[in-house]
Amino acid sequence: MSTTAILERLDKVDPMLPYTATIRAIRTEAYGISTFSLEYNDPAAPMGFAPGQFNMISLPGFGEVAISICSDPNAPRMMEHTIRYAGSVTRAIGRLRVGDAVGMRGPYGNPWPMELAAGKDLMIVSGGIGLAPLRPVILEALHRRSRFGRVLVLYGGRTPQDLLYTTEFEKWQEGGIEMYVSVDRADETWKGQVGVIPMAFYRTRLDHRNTLVFSCGPEIMMRFVIYEAMARRVPKEAIYVSMERNMKCAVGFCGHCQLGPVFICKQGPIFRFAEVESFFGREEF
Amino acid sequence: MVGSSVPRVLATVLLAKPAFQHVLDNLSQSGFQLIGPTVRDGTVILAPIRKVGEFPVGWALVQKPGSSRLVQNHSTEYFSCTVGAHSWKPYLFPPRFDLLTAHRNGNGWVFEPCLDDSPPFAFIGVRSCDLHAIANLDDVFINGNIRDPHYARRREHAFILAVNCNSAVSTCFCTSMNSGPRVHTGFDLALTELPDSFVIEIGSEAGSNVLAGTDWQPASAFDVGRVAQIAQRTERQIQRQVSTSDLPKLLYDTIDHPYWDAIAERCLSCANCTMVCPTCFCSTVEDHSELTGTKTKRTRVWDSCFILDFSHVHGGNSRPTIKSRFRQWMTHKLAAWIDQFGRSGCVGCGRCIAWCPVGIDITEELSKMRSLGAR
Repeated sequence: MSTTAILERLDKVDPMLPYTATIRAIRTEAYGISTFSLEYNDPAAPMGFAPGQFNMISLPGFGEVAISICSDPNAPRMMEHTIRYAGSVTRAIGRLRVGDAVGMRGPYGNPWPMELAAGKDLMIVSGGIGLAPLRPVILEALHRRSRFGRVLVLYGGRTPQDLLYTTEFEKWQEGGIEMYVSVDRADETWKGQVGVIPMAFYRTRLDHRNTLVFSCGPEIMMRFVIYEAMARRVPKEAIYVSMERNMKCAVGFCGHCQLGPVFICKQGPIFRFAEVESFFGREEF
Repeated sequence: MVGSSVPRVLATVLLAKPAFQHVLDNLSQSGFQLIGPTVRDGTVILAPIRKVGEFPVGWALVQKPGSSRLVQNHSTEYFSCTVGAHSWKPYLFPPRFDLLTAHRNGNGWVFEPCLDDSPPFAFIGVRSCDLHAIANLDDVFINGNIRDPHYARRREHAFILAVNCNSAVSTCFCTSMNSGPRVHTGFDLALTELPDSFVIEIGSEAGSNVLAGTDWQPASAFDVGRVAQIAQRTERQIQRQVSTSDLPKLLYDTIDHPYWDAIAERCLSCANCTMVCPTCFCSTVEDHSELTGTKTKRTRVWDSCFILDFSHVHGGNSRPTIKSRFRQWMTHKLAAWIDQFGRSGCVGCGRCIAWCPVGIDITEELSKMRSLGAR
């Protein structure tokens, strides 16, 4: 959906008014984390999203939460949302079943710069549930594999049980994506790497003149990802991060998602690192 | 006969004081609910009024850091009392506002917008600082890519009768923020109060029409001169000054300064400053369900960056200390706002100074930060 089309819809209707969407499928990803496939009931609801955008999902009586869309942007009718049961709204959503309805509005936010990645190597670095907003990037890269150079996914989780989308990894690799997966704490079943994800930089090479880094995960992880990337001479203009703050409206009214001079819902959640550098990692800012 | 027609837009006219009730009546008859200053609960608030007798004549608000006191004086002026705790914000952006209802329908939900049945407001006595504050709210709610239809409706229907301040109190600092005391734009009518008459500048067609049938006369050069004199006199009364040069940089450069800890020692994180601030716009949403579980109302409620929950995300709170919350408020107001909207979020009305229970003074803290940051 083009920005103009989004703006047109928002001008006609209340931007805070959700559409009804039905849960078509629920897939358990990890303990306390499931992926919900949601489809709008109303054919007039907005169709289409770009990788990195998010929806506001409502459960009346509980509230609204911002959740990244984690599915294939080429199949926009059914939007998937990986949700960790962390707060009161997400826990209530976790009690729903296939066929139940929620409210949904979106898509919001500034997407990953896919067009800038064309012809370049793409390094996707994420931790934990941070892989969700990057999955559309991976699926898009699989669709149009020849548009990109190398596509690397560096993915880390606390334990093997915390990793998302593991059943898809093989398919991604077959599609020409290099995967580096590691966990902080292994168990006896784990055959892969152990260690925090920025360490994966030491196991691969990157061409600093021709690589874009997309990163999403805990801020502490992204801090070290940026450090490792810049240590390999990747310019800060080529590093993109996804930021997270509390959000109540997603349209710039509620003030909750301010980070220094930006509203994360409007100018983000994806930022070029150079834009947020002065505020990034500032304690309590 | 002059009084039977209406003055043209941008004209300046003179209206005898007794005729002012006629202006109010014209507004009421046009369907506006009049909101103006009046004495209630031991202070001056902005509330529905009908008659000139309801203005705070003979009262003054004496304000200083941490204090606002209503005292009697011998003034006969309608508009000599400066700003109280209320701004016009609650009328444009209500503290509680029903956004939508959700009805259960089988497995599903039907979402419907709530109807805002408020009448159009005529704001009587909007001062220059508050006019600038309304422009700030416009930036947030209607001048961006996405418009808030609720704010837009109230704002677009509002009639603004502005007033040039003829006195200032110790908390006023509009001259530093370049937002007063003289009203320049954004009004339907702008009044300057003289002992027995008003000099009125006509800012719009609507403003012009409201003077129909009142015995207005074209203002003389002498009257216009009086307006300038009064503005100058008020300006001289404004003692509080703060340097605003290079503001975003100053505050961004001092983010990690230990002086923020010193402010936090005094700040109670009570959120009073954000409630009285005419530009603070943060809100949250609350869902209220009926006991049947089939109907939920979603309400937008004022929120504040001083509230601990404000920045809560899974895994924690990004501003757990009072220091970080005060810093957020002050750097947003004076620095980030300029990056976001191209103008300061502070209009120099001084409300946060008077209504801070411990008397934290944003101008003093800013000056202190400047002197410390420079070192």
